[in-house]
Amino acid sequence: MGMKALDHESLNENVKKVQYAVRGELYLRASELQKEGKKIIFTNVGNPHALGQRPLTFPRQVVALCQAPFLLDDPNVGLLFPADAIASAKRYLSMTPGGLGAYSDSRGLPGIRKEVAEFIERRDGYSSDPELIFLTDGASKGVMQILNCIIRGQGDGVLVPVPQYPLYSATISLCGGSLVPYYLDESANWGLDVNNLRESVAQARFNGITVRAMVIINPGNPTGQCLSEANLREILNFCHQENLVLLGDEVYQQNIYQDERPFISARKVLMDMGQPISKEVQLVSFHTVSKGYWGECGQRGGYFEMTNIPPQTVDEIYKISSISLSPNVPAQIFMGLMVNPPKPGDISYEQYVRESKGILESLRRRARIMTDGFNSCKNVVCNFTEGAMYSFPQIRLPPKAIEAAKDAGKVPDIFYCLKLLEATGISTVPGSGFGQKEGVFHLRTTILPAEEDMPEIMSSFKKFNDEFMEQYEGVKM
Amino acid sequence: MRRFVIGSARSLIERSRQNYQFQRPLLSSSYRLLSSTPAVDSPSSSSTMSPPVALNTINPKVIECEYAVRGEIVNLAQKLQEEINTKPDAHPFEEILYCNIGNPQSLGQHPITFFREVLALCDHPTILDKSETQGLFSADSIERAWKILDQIPGRATGAYSHSQGIKGLRDTIAAGIEARDGFPADPNDIFLTDGASPAVHMMMQLLIRSEKDGILCPIPQYPLYSASIALHGGTLVPYYLDEATGWGLEVSELKKQLETSRSMGITVRALVVINPGNPTGQVLAEENQKAIVEFCKQEGLVLLADEVYQENVYVPEKKFHSFKKVSRSMGYGEKDLSLVSFQSVSKGYYGECGKRGGYMEVTGFGADVREQIYKVASVNLCSNISGQILASLVMSPPKVGDESYESYGAERDGILSSLARRAKTLEDAFNKLEGVTCNKAEGAMYLFPRIDLPEKAIKAAEAEKKAPDAYYCQRLLTATGIVVVPGSGFGQVPGTWHFRCTILPQEEKIPAIVTRLTDFHKSFMDEFRG
Repeated sequence: MGMKALDHESLNENVKKVQYAVRGELYLRASELQKEGKKIIFTNVGNPHALGQRPLTFPRQVVALCQAPFLLDDPNVGLLFPADAIASAKRYLSMTPGGLGAYSDSRGLPGIRKEVAEFIERRDGYSSDPELIFLTDGASKGVMQILNCIIRGQGDGVLVPVPQYPLYSATISLCGGSLVPYYLDESANWGLDVNNLRESVAQARFNGITVRAMVIINPGNPTGQCLSEANLREILNFCHQENLVLLGDEVYQQNIYQDERPFISARKVLMDMGQPISKEVQLVSFHTVSKGYWGECGQRGGYFEMTNIPPQTVDEIYKISSISLSPNVPAQIFMGLMVNPPKPGDISYEQYVRESKGILESLRRRARIMTDGFNSCKNVVCNFTEGAMYSFPQIRLPPKAIEAAKDAGKVPDIFYCLKLLEATGISTVPGSGFGQKEGVFHLRTTILPAEEDMPEIMSSFKKFNDEFMEQYEGVKM
Repeated sequence: MRRFVIGSARSLIERSRQNYQFQRPLLSSSYRLLSSTPAVDSPSSSSTMSPPVALNTINPKVIECEYAVRGEIVNLAQKLQEEINTKPDAHPFEEILYCNIGNPQSLGQHPITFFREVLALCDHPTILDKSETQGLFSADSIERAWKILDQIPGRATGAYSHSQGIKGLRDTIAAGIEARDGFPADPNDIFLTDGASPAVHMMMQLLIRSEKDGILCPIPQYPLYSASIALHGGTLVPYYLDEATGWGLEVSELKKQLETSRSMGITVRALVVINPGNPTGQVLAEENQKAIVEFCKQEGLVLLADEVYQENVYVPEKKFHSFKKVSRSMGYGEKDLSLVSFQSVSKGYYGECGKRGGYMEVTGFGADVREQIYKVASVNLCSNISGQILASLVMSPPKVGDESYESYGAERDGILSSLARRAKTLEDAFNKLEGVTCNKAEGAMYLFPRIDLPEKAIKAAEAEKKAPDAYYCQRLLTATGIVVVPGSGFGQVPGTWHFRCTILPQEEKIPAIVTRLTDFHKSFMDEFRG
């Protein structure tokens, strides 16, 4: 045998096109340095527990009991687990014919999908159908499933915000579709201007692309902005006019750090707008147990909810889910617990509230600390993190730095981020991984390092940045 | 358009054997959910355009692919179940018996206690410090939980891990592979996934560039393969297992199908082998495996070895040998053979389907290809941590001398010997039925009996626009509550009919199942005998 059966050349081209910077060059370099013994602060991915955030106690108690149901028969179980966790475990086990080890319905356990529907109804004030809610192994798998359904080929375009979370660009590449960018306005706090949307769609159509869907990430990633109700109405009207399905990535809906724009779901606004639009605009909404104040990334639990998708198409989507048999059952229980947490009067209620509030309030403080910290640095401008988990400062690189990057064969923001990493151990993701306007550079970091570590991290960053700027501007600070 | 290679006219004449054709399931027997709302496919719209997400506007590959294991028959079963729930005597049976899917714990199989102890402790590590825990958990499960947690940065089981899976767990799995095979395994070759199925999808995604790329698949096959190939736009190249020789796999058949497809302009990229087989249950003989390895090496094919049933072998004359072991024992290494081995926590004696744990071991690929595999894995960040932990436990269970070893061993042996008994009992029962022959289930979890359906039955099926085997299965269901999957969902020689039945109902239920099935079959044959 001469040539290898599968070599780089004969790989699926779509795979080769994929880029996912969140675990790309910077992360790999950081991992190398970590192996060499350098202390690394990983701020490249929204992974709260990896940076010391503790899991909420109650859900872990319940799932542990569900894992080992023989504990429930032990008379001493009450010594380790509170009564409401025990009751909750029994309730969830009764929903699973066969316990955690059996494949569930391919859409997820009916009992849990019902809890999700009830959560949505409480949140939005409109009823939701459990039959249109599919649980998935993380929201990412749901996004991939839906995009795979929509994209027929290169001629199909999906509107994606720039900057965006690169799951979207990567998945569109994998599916062989076309990414149609719409630019968020940094000077307007990453606001979304419908005129930008119109322009992007017109441009795409001029290039022969059929624009099929529009992605919004609300609150935004990496940008953190929270969409206003007016903005959401504009977007829904736009989708209605242009016959686009709206994909609402709402995984950060619990992470809101200002009070002017609380989270409103796309579905609520759509329903508020009444008929005909509320019955015509197609919408798929995504949520997860990975973010919020739960941060249970490692469980891989998520769902998508479909609105105005025709029944036979829902069947086709169900069929695709069935090929993977079922989403993992423990994460389904985490999802149930998240949408249906302890209530006032429950034994674990106070602890639950205390733990949750503690995390959210700290995140709010850290969002402020980081924004202010970045804004105090030379040539750095940073919009406030209104929501989500990230800070996305703009780094105004001097021309000499850009040249040095070019000489080193690197994109300027990658060059900067690598130097930052080597100097401080702070592992970020360069803005080019998310998309940005030509010639404008950013980096994404998370607001997740522990609050007590923040001052040191920010001063370490400032020291590096200001020295870097001094070096490449040739002007002493 | 189905993407299956059909034997050319030329080869029909040239060959002495009958040319087999992948059976095209009739539309009615393929997966179609019965929607409860009227079948108006697009929402009422003032615009004349189709909505973006509608049957006529979505990715056609989605429409094309099929997966019979959870298809039409299961929907009917669920409907009947609801009817019994509201009116217990609505049907001539008390309960639905799901024999359609390899889902052991849904039918009463117990999980392995030691594994669940470790998982519970890893889910809630806070209790490891408490003295009460000693009274509730075995000492070695506590020890193992500590060991695992120490391998996880920050002991954070809720954090995304390395995209290939936690390094320490991959070390354990690699050691387990080495202990099994006697040849070393590299933790960097291991990619932990949410079950084996996503790993299969990943490989299909990498291998398939267009419909000109073909993947050799056994017929009958587990329909994940046909579905995945359809979804990725490739071509399934069938090779037929020989029912007359216990579902034997002949390299001559592989060669024939390879040549045929090449002559039609297909680039065959890989060979899928399921060992032990699903739905067929055969365990390959080592000599057979050597010939397969040789074939892949000669023809430059990636060998995709689905080995998820490696712990389900029920006959003393056969043993599971991994393809990795076989190829290494032939002196073949990284330069000689590109091999992907799939394993899962869903089968064996552990049956932890709902956990979605599994891995692929990837050997014989260049660094640049491995980079691409890693990249694709990284877009999904990582597989679920609990499943990763379980995969490491499966590949490294309690050993002789461990506190839990005896109880673990008893649980394991109890399940495996029961599976072997049930396999035999059901095989014998099927073989007693008129017009039915059933090969032995040497391994896996299924029986795949062949029914010689009378002409009258075939006509009745056609009248209902159903494939004959789907018709038989539906009649079986409505008469007995037993759910099985029609053979057309797996592929079979045209004009032959089969169904797949699992061996998983609890042992005490088996006699009743045999009786009901036997009675039904007799009355079916009475009705349709010519």
